[in-house]
Amino acid sequence: MTGLLASGWKFDPNRHGTWAVAGTMIVLLFVLPVLEDPLLLLQVRYYVSMIILALSMAVIWGFGGIMCFGQSMFFGLGGYAYAIAVGNIGESTAPFFLSMIIPAIFAAILGYFMFFGRLNDVYVAVITLAVTLALYYFINSTSGDEYKIGKARLMGFNGISSIRKFNWPGDPKSFLTANELFYFSMGLLLATYLGLKVLLGSKFGRVVVAVKENELRAELLGYDVRAYKLAVFVIGAAIAGLAGCLSINYKNFISPNAFHLALAAQIIMWVLVGGVGTLFGPIVGCVVLLYVSFILGTGAASGGGMNTYFIFGLIVMIFVLVIPQGIVPTIRDWREQIGRYRRMIGGGLLSLSDQLPAGHGEGMRNLAERLIGLMKSESGPAPGAGTKG
Amino acid sequence: MDLVGIQIIQVLSGIATLALMGAGLAVIFGMMRVINFAHGEFMMLGGYVVIVCTEQLGINLWVAMLIIAPIFVGLVGLVFERILIRFLYGRMIDTLIATWGLSLFLIGVITWIFGNVTKGVQTPLGSYSFGDYSEKTYTLVMIAFTIIIYIAIFAVLRRTKLGLIARGTMQNPNQASCLGISPPRVYMITFAIGAALTGLAGAILAPLNTVIPTIGVSYVAQAFITVITGGAAAFTGTVLASGVFGTVRQIISFEWTPILGQVFLLITAVILLRIFPTGITGRFFRRST
Amino acid sequence: MRSITRRKFLATSAAGAAVATAAGFMGNVRFARADDEIVIASLFDQSGGLDVYGTPMTMCATLAVEEINAAGGLLGKKLRLISYDPQSNMELYAQYAQEAALKEKVAVVQGAITSASREVIRPILGENKTMLWYSVIYEGGVCDMNNVVSGATPLQMGDPVVEYGMKNYGKKVYYIGADYNAPQIIGDWGKKYVTENGGEWLAKNLFPLDVTEFGPEISKIQAAKPDFLYTCLVGGAHISFYRQWAAAGMLKKIPMVSFTFGVGNEHKSLKPEECDGIVSAQPYFQELETDANKAFVQRFQDRFGGPDKAPYLNSVGSGSYIGTWFWAEAVKKAGTIEREAVLKALATGMSWDGPSGKLTVDPASMHCIQDVHLAKVEGGSWKVFQTIPQMRPDDVKDRCDLTKNPETAEQFTPQI
Repeated sequence: MTGLLASGWKFDPNRHGTWAVAGTMIVLLFVLPVLEDPLLLLQVRYYVSMIILALSMAVIWGFGGIMCFGQSMFFGLGGYAYAIAVGNIGESTAPFFLSMIIPAIFAAILGYFMFFGRLNDVYVAVITLAVTLALYYFINSTSGDEYKIGKARLMGFNGISSIRKFNWPGDPKSFLTANELFYFSMGLLLATYLGLKVLLGSKFGRVVVAVKENELRAELLGYDVRAYKLAVFVIGAAIAGLAGCLSINYKNFISPNAFHLALAAQIIMWVLVGGVGTLFGPIVGCVVLLYVSFILGTGAASGGGMNTYFIFGLIVMIFVLVIPQGIVPTIRDWREQIGRYRRMIGGGLLSLSDQLPAGHGEGMRNLAERLIGLMKSESGPAPGAGTKG
Repeated sequence: MDLVGIQIIQVLSGIATLALMGAGLAVIFGMMRVINFAHGEFMMLGGYVVIVCTEQLGINLWVAMLIIAPIFVGLVGLVFERILIRFLYGRMIDTLIATWGLSLFLIGVITWIFGNVTKGVQTPLGSYSFGDYSEKTYTLVMIAFTIIIYIAIFAVLRRTKLGLIARGTMQNPNQASCLGISPPRVYMITFAIGAALTGLAGAILAPLNTVIPTIGVSYVAQAFITVITGGAAAFTGTVLASGVFGTVRQIISFEWTPILGQVFLLITAVILLRIFPTGITGRFFRRST
Repeated sequence: MRSITRRKFLATSAAGAAVATAAGFMGNVRFARADDEIVIASLFDQSGGLDVYGTPMTMCATLAVEEINAAGGLLGKKLRLISYDPQSNMELYAQYAQEAALKEKVAVVQGAITSASREVIRPILGENKTMLWYSVIYEGGVCDMNNVVSGATPLQMGDPVVEYGMKNYGKKVYYIGADYNAPQIIGDWGKKYVTENGGEWLAKNLFPLDVTEFGPEISKIQAAKPDFLYTCLVGGAHISFYRQWAAAGMLKKIPMVSFTFGVGNEHKSLKPEECDGIVSAQPYFQELETDANKAFVQRFQDRFGGPDKAPYLNSVGSGSYIGTWFWAEAVKKAGTIEREAVLKALATGMSWDGPSGKLTVDPASMHCIQDVHLAKVEGGSWKVFQTIPQMRPDDVKDRCDLTKNPETAEQFTPQI
């Protein structure tokens, strides 16, 4: 791993951030089960599956530049694929992989249709919207007896419930315990996050971003933009399918709501609120928005009063006006801005302290150097030596 | 024979419904490139205006529907243009979120004020007989309204100075401002007119459907798909797209089931977009409005 | 590029993890429960598309809890209700059910409106040994000791109304309904009854919940020339069917019976000319003339703003009142809120008299045998004209017998 990194291959522009996020996940992985709070573990598993979904959108849209309005369809396809497969096979290993493969295949076909047809952004959005709607309508209407694949009925509007959970591969009877499911989910989240970071730092990832930035230029440089877009689309779909499969293991059920426009819109909101173009941003956006909607519904007074739509709508509108890039980029901007101010003030103080007669201004110089971020040691390094750690 | 006649009328009504829903959106998205996710809610507001006017204020149905509803929703559109949309021109994605927030907000406000049970608007004008079949007269009225509205839109855009200014500003705001026109004002007025048209559509459709706070959701997707498939020439495109989709949907709904009708509408949209990547009017009727 | 020190890495991740855990924990810490109170939860949508049902249901549960407390509480303790609003969102249903069971450890959850949402929470509550009480009309088939159902089933409601139609209007029946599981099954039961009684079942056509355009269907119905129309339409969008039907002049031409009309307060949204004459059989109507019901309606309207502001009560809304009170009575009988004991008390075939009539628990299915009333719409209100006492919920009797197999926990689909 270090060898890979040492080969000069950029991991990502903000390595510090990546390690912090990954580190947090690892710590949570170990700490949370110790707290012996099954509800907390359950909730975290739910959030994890949604975060993975947010990450899938972050990749497709934030890095691939593809405005997929129906990401929920891959989520739903993955979920249904798992449910139907596990209903027929009775063991969860193959269905687990199917939940990623089936959405990927679907995305490949749809993506081929769209990208190799050179459709531009708005039309991609409309087509993905239309396909998601069509799937929603279709699955909703399958409540009759005649709709079944193998042994598993599609159950229409009611959805499929009491779905088998994960078991250890090869042993259909040994189900994972709640704690083990937690480890599995968090592990998958970590793997997805790091995997995506690696992918985005690789040559493939950087071409994808280049395509997003300026498609014409990338094409003129000789890259087949259609193939790259297709690849990103398929990867995002597979990840969304994984999220669908994980979400079933949390709530034990899948319904056509997974395809619904409301979920598709929510996924977009997570990425937007968190920050397009980052991976951490959508994680934040997802957690924040989900938490807000959870809080708004607990202990709500019966009848009338401020209802959740009203509040959510207000939040979103104010947000767009005030923090349009999303939380994480805005915080980054603030930090940069603060950094700039610090350096400005520090520079000013430094030159000021140079003007003072010798012997005075020692404190001011210290302060200035601290602001600029220089380390002060006995021998007093020259400004600009930077920190080596 | 009667059946064919009835079916023709139903196809026309399906086309008219889509065209009506799309008119306001053709203005706002087609001309101004503003993604208005709250489109369905503007329609819902139009419906509620009609209900409040007829139920509680005793105003004549037609006055409420054709005059008050568009004016009211136009004003609402104006207000939100000033406080929200105006800052976001050119930022398509941000208008998407902002209007999504607006749609939630409007649903919340209306639910808060009206609760969830409303007296709807009774369909006026009764029925007529077409051979063995009874049909509601109002369908014909709705079709007539839609035709009149579109004729009016084309007339205004092509023949009046206002229309010229609007089209010019949309095409090249800088040039327009050199000629002494203020683009922000034009945007404001155009958005308001788009909102008014949407409110009018909602009001006209109110007697045919129920008006509940969440009814906008079922309108939004169809309207968008219709307008976008229409292509660059917003109004001609919307009419053509409505023609295709409306026909497909009504015929399939009758022969089989309404779900298949919806699904086929969507599949047709996907196919059309694949064949005409810039919408129908990207190929045909390129120079029309 | 700034590089990483091991110290910085550990510090940042520890800080991040601490914040995350604290936030999670804080979200989960609630005020400690007073020892002298019993906590129950209600799980009904008060926003989103289903709030037209959920809001009255929550209000009824609240009223029941207040009445119980006013009468001295339950087993001497105060009863407290936590009302969750899942906002018509399945994920939230699951989350709130888990919260109610694991964190608040409530004694019972009065929950879910649609079958879809009930099927989400039923396994969760079953696993966590928290009782679920479902009080909404539905398609039948639930067979779960942990899930008491006071909602009526198709066999209880469907047969009386189809029978009425065949006796009074004729033998040819055309059915339309919403496109999901309940109306599918209700349609199948209807077909069975009609064909077994010498009638002709012309069609079963189902529509997605957001369809508002019924023109083609109305023409199809006219082409088929049925003796009466049997509807099972659900939700706000489907009201437009009734409107378009009346506008086409069909209300006077072809009579209509309905499984679900009124459940969404359709008769209040439509004008009388648009719906007079429709007949339905339901376990509860606000217009029921019994003393018990008149007093209940009075109390409800007084509590929630008077006859103009309080929501209209139909069989769905009132269900949670019945559910909460019946559960409380079972607790009193068992002498404890402990789940097994309460279920056992109910399973003795316990009865309770409420605003809708008498309900008796059927131990084989944990559903309620209840009275069903036939009514016709007149002038925008229901006029009840016949009561059929104690209809049995025998929808899946062939496969569900909790007295013999108490471990069953699923929803069967009736084999019709």
